[in-house]
Amino acid sequence: MEINAIYVIVAREFKKFVRERSRLFSAIARPLLWLFIVGAGISRLVPRDTGVPYTQFIFPGIIGMTILFSSIFSSISIIWDKEFGFMKEILVAPVSRFSIVIGKALSGTVVSTIQAAIILALFPFIGFKLGILQIIWVIVICASISFSISAFGIVLATFYDSYESFSVIMNFIIMPMFFLSGAMYPVKLLPDILRIVSMINPLTYGVDAIKHIIFTFEAGRMSPDFPFIIDIIVIILTSIIFVLIAGKSFERKG
Amino acid sequence: MILSTGMYQRIKLSGTNSMPIIKVENLIKRFGNITAVNDISFEVKEGTIFGFLGPNGAGKTTTINVLCTLLSPTSGSAFIAGYDCMKEPSEVRKAIGIVFQDTTLDKDLTAYENLIFHAYLYNVAKDEMKQRVDDALRFLDLYERKNDLVKKFSGGMKRRLEVARGLIHRPRVLFLDEPTLGLDPQSRTKLWEFIAELTEKHNVTIFMTTHYMEEAEVCDRIAIIDNGKIIAAGTPDELKKAIGGDVIYIKTTDNASAKKEIERLLKFGVSEKDSELFMTCAMGDTCIPEVIRTIGEKVLSVRLQRPTLNDVFLKLTGKTIREEEATGEDSVRESIRAYRRRH
Repeated sequence: MEINAIYVIVAREFKKFVRERSRLFSAIARPLLWLFIVGAGISRLVPRDTGVPYTQFIFPGIIGMTILFSSIFSSISIIWDKEFGFMKEILVAPVSRFSIVIGKALSGTVVSTIQAAIILALFPFIGFKLGILQIIWVIVICASISFSISAFGIVLATFYDSYESFSVIMNFIIMPMFFLSGAMYPVKLLPDILRIVSMINPLTYGVDAIKHIIFTFEAGRMSPDFPFIIDIIVIILTSIIFVLIAGKSFERKG
Repeated sequence: MILSTGMYQRIKLSGTNSMPIIKVENLIKRFGNITAVNDISFEVKEGTIFGFLGPNGAGKTTTINVLCTLLSPTSGSAFIAGYDCMKEPSEVRKAIGIVFQDTTLDKDLTAYENLIFHAYLYNVAKDEMKQRVDDALRFLDLYERKNDLVKKFSGGMKRRLEVARGLIHRPRVLFLDEPTLGLDPQSRTKLWEFIAELTEKHNVTIFMTTHYMEEAEVCDRIAIIDNGKIIAAGTPDELKKAIGGDVIYIKTTDNASAKKEIERLLKFGVSEKDSELFMTCAMGDTCIPEVIRTIGEKVLSVRLQRPTLNDVFLKLTGKTIREEEATGEDSVRESIRAYRRRH
């Protein structure tokens, strides 16, 4: 494991993230639109007696969405790096493919966790009262899901290697992953087929874990869908599995 | 004088005993049914400039990619600095720097950041990094622009920055794939000055590909590759001599008698064209005095024409390198790209 190489791959991503204000701005704007426009609209349709106000219910899902988009985008930048040649600079360096994958996955983790933390900071406006320990827990969970989704994004980037495939990824992977993650509606209320799809979606368990941490009250039908320990195990397992698959596919295709 | 591949190999066996820095033996690379590199062998001595010459699609870039450990060959072997390109890729990578044909810089980072990235990637000691990056930038005359984003750089500056980056980890061999492609004449000259300095002062070996024949003149040795095969190798002078040497053109007051005298005394075949006599000889510069002595007062003017590497290429392949560019050979590259995309 080449620590210097991993460090500099992450540092590059971070530097570009900080430099591109528009990227940060749109990354923050999207969840705000969902939270305060879509959320506020739908909350009128949801009966008041479900246990949790709808805008509070979708808060963990919106954090999950922030992570989903920014992690996949960060990893998909591999396609850009290939297209513009920069990937060659990394590939001819005396650095193992596995370190490159770890570096890329951590890049996604860093930028996604920062964005998730910014959204999390809105909790007082949604009516939550969170303690410092809860905040730390949510951030730890966010970092873990970010790592797992970023690794998943690297797998995608090795399979699709032109930007035309980007809209395919957007419409057929990112959006369904978001809608079927328990972000907008509890998984247990979904029709069977959709519930099964939700259950194989790794993001579901991340969103569920955040619900466990911040829904300190009786949430009734809107309560978390799985035991907390299951969420944690799934997040850790998928992180490991995705990073291994990413490493393998990178070695073959890189 | 070394011409065919066969002869080249014979020379190699009886050649110097100092270890070559690059050694390629019977290298073959196929993409599906396309044979991009077809059984080539060559060696490069440390501290020299080796030119790999040929039209687009001849197999130059494929060979570089094998040597840089980016591609594994179908068969054959390649060694750099004594390390096996297939079995010890990591050691090979430490020993080489590469400037690819297409830019591989991150345009959204500054020149300095691109080089620092490289220093970390190659595990340069932290306390040396800044110094090495600054030195490389100064060497390639880019220090003043170090904090500018690369997207603001001209083509020549980008290429120089890539050379600077390739030197950060002090490689023993620097690969330059078509280093001057698309550069204006001034940028080219400037780049060549830096490259010459590298070999002279720092004993870096340069392996370059080009299809500009004029540029290949700076090389210590050249291999000409066409359709995946090395069809000739040697120093530029050897190659030029191999196609028959220099041509001397003479204008005289009396062509007929001058022709007779030269043919009788010097045993040269002399021809006449446009009221000018011309003859071919191996060493034009030593022939001229002899010719003048022979025909004395009759000489009006003398000029010497040396063969160019273009003539060499023309003679060996029956086509000029530029013609190739425009024709179907590009499709080889396209086919390889398409093949690699599918697999």
